[in-house]
Amino acid sequence: MSEEEMIEGGGEGVIKKFLYLNRRAPYGSIYALESLEVVLIGAAFEQDVSVAFIDDGVYQLTKGQDTKGVEMKNFSPTYRALEMYDVEKLYVFKESLDERGLTEDDLIVDVEVVDAKQMADLMDEQEVILSF
Amino acid sequence: MKLGVQVNEGPYQHQASDSAYQFVKAAVEKGHEIFRVFFYHDGVNNGTRLATPPQDDRNVANRWSELAAKHDIDLVLCVAAAQRRGIADADEAKRNGKDADNIAPGFRISGLGQLIEAGIQCDRLVVFGD
Amino acid sequence: MPTLHTVNKSPFDKTSLNSCLRFAKDGSSILLIEDGVYAALNGTTFTEAVKTAMKNVTVYALQPDIEARGMANKVIDGIKLVDYAGFVDLVEQNDRVESWL
Repeated sequence: MSEEEMIEGGGEGVIKKFLYLNRRAPYGSIYALESLEVVLIGAAFEQDVSVAFIDDGVYQLTKGQDTKGVEMKNFSPTYRALEMYDVEKLYVFKESLDERGLTEDDLIVDVEVVDAKQMADLMDEQEVILSF
Repeated sequence: MKLGVQVNEGPYQHQASDSAYQFVKAAVEKGHEIFRVFFYHDGVNNGTRLATPPQDDRNVANRWSELAAKHDIDLVLCVAAAQRRGIADADEAKRNGKDADNIAPGFRISGLGQLIEAGIQCDRLVVFGD
Repeated sequence: MPTLHTVNKSPFDKTSLNSCLRFAKDGSSILLIEDGVYAALNGTTFTEAVKTAMKNVTVYALQPDIEARGMANKVIDGIKLVDYAGFVDLVEQNDRVESWL
């Protein structure tokens, strides 16, 4: 059984605001990858989805990831494909970039860089927050 | 109210599953409906019937199974996470050519869509993890 | 539209508490559980930050987790202790739950 075969209609017509909260770096643990899998599957439900990257979560989006040496799947290109799934609202916390010496140019995908107030407002609008 | 719960960690390694269990038990006792408990990441390891913890310790998998039987709670293991970690029911074992299954009573294996559905259907979704 | 934030990490180990405090709006609630309860104690390098936060948000700690760790006599005055039933009540009283893992 694959994920695709198991998608069932849940709450047809209901559109909720979902936030995926990513605070973990990739590869060191599986949270980033399995979070991305939820975002992709969740896209089929046509909810109002936002994805936030805070703390080490911003490392998920950095350019130039090359996993050949560790023999793990490089899933960073998938973030660029999110747009095709109508997942277009990606938010990155500016201070988390600053703390790590990163800028928007270091990221593999177009994002909206937001300050603490904007991020707090975004969180406060949500109906469901999934933390990974 | 209608509650959904996500559990991201396996038993014993981390307290998340214990906290989730105590939360679910308290919610049921207060008359709330638990729509679903969804086990993700290493959380799928809560659903093996083959664990043999020491007799003077709690049995996390059994405890979930008993709670599910008593209150008719839907315990769902994510199929992708379960496949990665070797948790299978009879169908999954057969489909993937494995010689055994190990799912505990009261658990079922299904897709990530079940987590999204819980988010849509429930008044609140609470995440327990590491 | 208040939010219940849960924090389950020791502030000495992870940034969960710091990040939670950065984004928790005035009037929201923070529930410290598991190793997160080490942020609820007097005499630590985080005590002042938590006391400052308590001017704008309500801070709770899960009593069974405090007791399990032998910290019952060290809890900051004004932090409200709840059991698992109280945790459920907090979930009900707020519009959403945000877990800082």
